[in-house]
Amino acid sequence: MRLEPKKSPSLAGTILYPLGAIVATLVVTSLLVLIAGASPFNVFYLVFKGAAGSQFAMIETLTRATPLIFTGLAIAVAFRARLWNIGAEAQLYIGAVTTVVLGTGALPLPAPILAPILIAAAMLAGALLLLGPAFLKIRFGVDEVVTTLLLNFIVLLFVSMLLEGVLKDPMGLGWPQSQRVIADAQLPRLIAGKRLHYGFVLALAAAALTWFIVKKSVLGYEMRAVGHNPQAAGFAGIPVRAVLIKTALLSGGLAALAGYSEVAGLKGSLTLDLSPGFGYTGIVVAMLAMLNPLGVVASAIFVAGIFVGADAMSRATGVPSYIAQVMVAVALLTMVTAIMLSRYRLRWK
Amino acid sequence: MEAFEILLTASFWVAAIRIASPLIFATMGELICERAGVLNLGIEGIMTVGAFAGWFTVYAGGDLWFGVLVAALAGGLFGLLHGFLTVPLGLSQHVTGIGITLLATSITYFSYRLLLPEVTSPPKIEPFQALAIPVLSDIPVIGPALFNQTPLTYLAFVLVALVAWIFYRTPIGLALRAVGENPSAVEAQGISVTAMRMGAVVVGSALMAVGGAFLTMSAFNSFFFEMINGRGWVCIALVVFGSWRPGKALAGAILFAAFDAYQVRLQQVTGGVVPYQVFLMMPYVLSILALIAVARRASYPKALMIPYQKGER
Repeated sequence: MRLEPKKSPSLAGTILYPLGAIVATLVVTSLLVLIAGASPFNVFYLVFKGAAGSQFAMIETLTRATPLIFTGLAIAVAFRARLWNIGAEAQLYIGAVTTVVLGTGALPLPAPILAPILIAAAMLAGALLLLGPAFLKIRFGVDEVVTTLLLNFIVLLFVSMLLEGVLKDPMGLGWPQSQRVIADAQLPRLIAGKRLHYGFVLALAAAALTWFIVKKSVLGYEMRAVGHNPQAAGFAGIPVRAVLIKTALLSGGLAALAGYSEVAGLKGSLTLDLSPGFGYTGIVVAMLAMLNPLGVVASAIFVAGIFVGADAMSRATGVPSYIAQVMVAVALLTMVTAIMLSRYRLRWK
Repeated sequence: MEAFEILLTASFWVAAIRIASPLIFATMGELICERAGVLNLGIEGIMTVGAFAGWFTVYAGGDLWFGVLVAALAGGLFGLLHGFLTVPLGLSQHVTGIGITLLATSITYFSYRLLLPEVTSPPKIEPFQALAIPVLSDIPVIGPALFNQTPLTYLAFVLVALVAWIFYRTPIGLALRAVGENPSAVEAQGISVTAMRMGAVVVGSALMAVGGAFLTMSAFNSFFFEMINGRGWVCIALVVFGSWRPGKALAGAILFAAFDAYQVRLQQVTGGVVPYQVFLMMPYVLSILALIAVARRASYPKALMIPYQKGER
């Protein structure tokens, strides 16, 4: 068996293969649902209903999509330059820590001034966190996959230490949680009384801005060139190391915004379960979007819908809600296969 | 002084070898994959699968060794998937590996909830018991550490010797190493690169799963969510630290485990002055430091992460 590049990917192929990936994902998930003793049609219907069947469901889905847009963008930016940032989870938490440190009263400023400061500070913290692994990669050739992965564990322990120490809320009844951020540090709700907040708007703005950087700026071009072939890029006069550093700063900053938005917009305080793996799910979000920043918005809403819908479905049918994680993982694997098949032809011989 | 005395106690070394055992299995598994040219980031998920599959087999009434076999088969199955996607299809080994970890972990958790819906506290099994080797286990300190462990620990050490022997003393080992260095040369000898790499990934993944199973069937006696807790990623670092050599990787695993066992005991000695999280962080920090230390002289298998296309140069 061998692969031959297609001269030009046909339009039908570009649509049909991803469609095939979705079908394959549904088939695999159906098998698991059947094993669980439920009807796949009923389960998929309930997932859809739970994700988009009512105003409440849709608002919940968009709320859940918000951090995924940020982490998805972070991964998309990094993977474009083949900087394997698997540490979005850690960057998210550092962004949240920064928000809590500065937002619980240390800076008594009005909201219009405080919000940009918190955003900038959170981004800076996340950027600096990814700068470490990027530097080690460039300077010593240490694989950033392992360092960013290990940093996830280190940072989570660090946050746990802070929440049981200096950041612990004295009024928190002994729970490891931080104080709530002050009113001026909070992002307002989009609709009064509903959970959806201005973090979602910030996420859309970040997606648009990232799209511009990636598609229209010199840096975006350089990132693609470095990702495609670093040697050739260097030969063509592109400062490979500088591009990787800039990519790391942007990626880490975007991931940290997820932490800022969750604290300032939704939760109000920092706990150890702030993120149920948003950093890892961001990888799936980015891959499903084929690393396109605007596609990230769509795929984040799609993935969030599966999670929100599966929770509702699980309560109704008893099928474990982990089916959502399985579905998302299968979607990732089938989608990367589909993308490959739309560009190459398989020859058996 | 107390901090130093820990190193002289037998219980410390017993713990170190016990902690090293699952790492040895998984590190050997990863090493075999990488030596053949395939990075396997599915390791964390495959260890989770192995931990659950082996434990559940015994919980459902199976024999302990049958449980190990089931764990290995389950790991091999995910290895087959990773191999198929990365070797003949040539997909990104990074993305596929993360995908395999997400898939394997979520399928495990799904199965756990499905098979044990009612439990609040994880049920226990009768795990492997320590098997004292006569005479040798009576040696002070070293005896209990090396010769009074469970059979799976002995198997881990035998495995390292076996891998080293196969690598450096058999034709198949030579071919395997060559596949990760210069695949075209192997193909020219009439050996299928695809078959070699697929085989390596399947066998390697099976070993990772046995490493996971060690945790639920030998070190502990039940399955917890997130019990692998980054051990798989540590093993990836250990492979680099061991310069892709079985013996050095074994030394790295024991060194790491000794450090891990030491930090737990040091935690008790310092008596809460330093936050316990600092100690728990140390193994991960150590892994990163080790990577930096060896980075200069790390000699990656030359074809690592490079998909092979027949007839292409």
